[in-house]
Amino acid sequence: MFDNLSNRLEAIYKKLKGRGKLKEADVDEALREIRVALIEADVSLPVIKDFLAGVREKSIGHEVLKSLTPGHQMVKIVNDELEQLLGGEVSDIKFSDKPPTIIMMVGLQGAGKTTTVGKLAKKFKRDGKNCLLVPADVYRPAAIEQLNVLGRDLGIDVYQAGDNKDPVSICAKAIKQARDEMRTVVILDTAGRQHIDEALMDEIKAIKKKIEPHEVLFVADSMMGQEAVNVSKAFHDAVGINGVVLTKMDGDARGGAALSIKSVTGQPIKFIGTGEKLEALEPFHPDRIVSRILGMGDVMTLVDKAQDTFELEQQEELEKKLKKNSFDLEDFRNQLQQIRKMGSIQDLLNMVPGAGKMMKGIKVDDGAFVRIEAIIGSMTQYERSHHNVINGSRKKRIANGSGTTVSEINKLMKQFSQMKKMMKKMSSGNSRGFNLGGLMGGRGGMSPF
Amino acid sequence: MSEPIKEKPTEKKSGFFQNLKKGLSKTRNSLAGGIDNLVHGKATLGPELVDEIEEALLVADVGVKTTQFIVDELKRQIAEARIRDREGMLNHLRQMMAQLLNKNQKHWDYSAHSPFVILVIGVNGSGKTTTIGKLAQRWHNEGKKVLLAAGDTFRAAAAEQLQMWADRIGIPCIRQISGADPSAVAFDGIQAAVARKMDIVIIDTAGRLQTNLNLMEELKKVKRVIGKVVPGAPHETLLVLDATIGQNSISQAKQFHEAMDIDGLVMTKLDGTSKGGVLLNISQEMDLPIRFVGIGEKSEDLQEFQAEDFVQALFEE
Repeated sequence: MFDNLSNRLEAIYKKLKGRGKLKEADVDEALREIRVALIEADVSLPVIKDFLAGVREKSIGHEVLKSLTPGHQMVKIVNDELEQLLGGEVSDIKFSDKPPTIIMMVGLQGAGKTTTVGKLAKKFKRDGKNCLLVPADVYRPAAIEQLNVLGRDLGIDVYQAGDNKDPVSICAKAIKQARDEMRTVVILDTAGRQHIDEALMDEIKAIKKKIEPHEVLFVADSMMGQEAVNVSKAFHDAVGINGVVLTKMDGDARGGAALSIKSVTGQPIKFIGTGEKLEALEPFHPDRIVSRILGMGDVMTLVDKAQDTFELEQQEELEKKLKKNSFDLEDFRNQLQQIRKMGSIQDLLNMVPGAGKMMKGIKVDDGAFVRIEAIIGSMTQYERSHHNVINGSRKKRIANGSGTTVSEINKLMKQFSQMKKMMKKMSSGNSRGFNLGGLMGGRGGMSPF
Repeated sequence: MSEPIKEKPTEKKSGFFQNLKKGLSKTRNSLAGGIDNLVHGKATLGPELVDEIEEALLVADVGVKTTQFIVDELKRQIAEARIRDREGMLNHLRQMMAQLLNKNQKHWDYSAHSPFVILVIGVNGSGKTTTIGKLAQRWHNEGKKVLLAAGDTFRAAAAEQLQMWADRIGIPCIRQISGADPSAVAFDGIQAAVARKMDIVIIDTAGRLQTNLNLMEELKKVKRVIGKVVPGAPHETLLVLDATIGQNSISQAKQFHEAMDIDGLVMTKLDGTSKGGVLLNISQEMDLPIRFVGIGEKSEDLQEFQAEDFVQALFEE
């Protein structure tokens, strides 16, 4: 739905390509396009202005003007500057020498604080930490219950405040209990609040002052709009955050808020939330979100996703089959199912650099996969492993059984044969990286079946 | 489960108008200031003024495309109507924006069916459950018999959250164990509503990102099942949008609409500094009425959307 920046820059690039030298006006035109792309990605306007001023200086200064490939050079500058802004290193939670390490979570309503507490707790538990979770949200109905349920599911203790309705005193007492029980980590889950709600902002200030947490994590929705600047500044001014968790990164938001938050607070983004499940918490990689903000695809995430989804054992088995060239329709169906587990094909394609442009306006029909699965499902086991036996009358039966047509089956058989041929070639070479390369390529130049 | 819930210690008493004005004051100031730049005596917008209007709209999350549309339209109208003064231009801008927001507004009669079935959907954390609580309170106060169905069986304690709202208001809430099929909860809820002759039944659902195909399918099933109990239901599928979200709201509106054929929008969290300008964008591109806006924590802070108020608050000195 977005015209992505790479398309725009490519157009400008083409225009600039033939020229030996760039004029200031050319650079400014490119900058205007970058501005539009950043606004569409929800980067806040003041942040964009500063950012572009920096890019302009670099571009006009010398690098771009003298370069033989000015358009290319400019994309590189934008990319590098963004990566630099978002911080080079991956940073983790710093644990205190004197346990317990106290982590305080703050943020707007609905950002995902309580869910993130659960995800962090799960991670810490895996790392052998002894956690105590503290529900300090006494306002939202059932917020405390939510943390209790998460604690129960994870097998992690949750502080019980009883009738205490004062968040400051709940936190103080919980910390005391954690010290007595020799806990290594305490996570305080505070209530969501609007950054302009003075009474509630005073409350987290009071908690911060009383408890002196080692880490104050600002939990922010990655879909946040222009106000990300004001919101993160208000929280940073009030309690001095020292890390950010960006949530809901599994959606299709471009995540420009990351840039706004980082440039206003200067604090590192430590984790991103990438799904509904409690294990869906990942370290933040600046380079990946940069390509996402710029709409340039996200190969690394695609690779990660593939690694997560494709189970190792099945993979090894498949490799064996490939080597023996005994890959059959049943395996094909398994592969399809695995790919579908990674999400919609459209989303996956959007992560492939260049594919976004190639596929522009083309809607990939995920239903095609369903039909293929149905077709294979309507075959007998024998037919699946010996696709050559499928003759005219068998095809008719399969078409009836799967609610498709004979021509669809013919198409599938043809594609499958082509795929097998290609696999034979590939298996003699490098078998790694087969999954996507093989299957996607096998789909006959991207025609959605 | 019926622990008393403390109202947040806020002192805000201001209404829709005041709140919007407060929230929008920055936009208003920059617009009002900028308008003095209208090139005196000529019926055209000066480049500086265009820049300022553009910026004000962009900062309000209106988005590049709609901002461009508004500015171009304003230029055209000013030239056509030969507007040469600040007041006239302001009027035009105001009218145009209200028109844009109003073009899809239509009357909503929730006594047209009995029970009137409302399905509430949206992404995680947009404020669905809170909105349901506030709507239930509102209609309960009007003397309607309201029943809630806790269709969010996924998030920890989501059903408890809805139950606490129901207890607080004193209305029934149908729920099942955590992890139950949301369609089954919806089914139970509507059956109970029919049996008990309720006026309105509101069905909560788990938050989900619009890109999660499986969960969108689950939602479609909920809708199908509802239609089986009461033909023609749900009578209103409401999408809850969060004002702090930027351009992704458009993707949310589009994809939820594609899957669920929504009937109306609710925008929450307009009590922050977020301006919800993305509504202009959605109104322009889609045919969806905006039903309610949430401007605070309390039940009465969920108010019917008034485009004129929204825009007037944007421009009033």
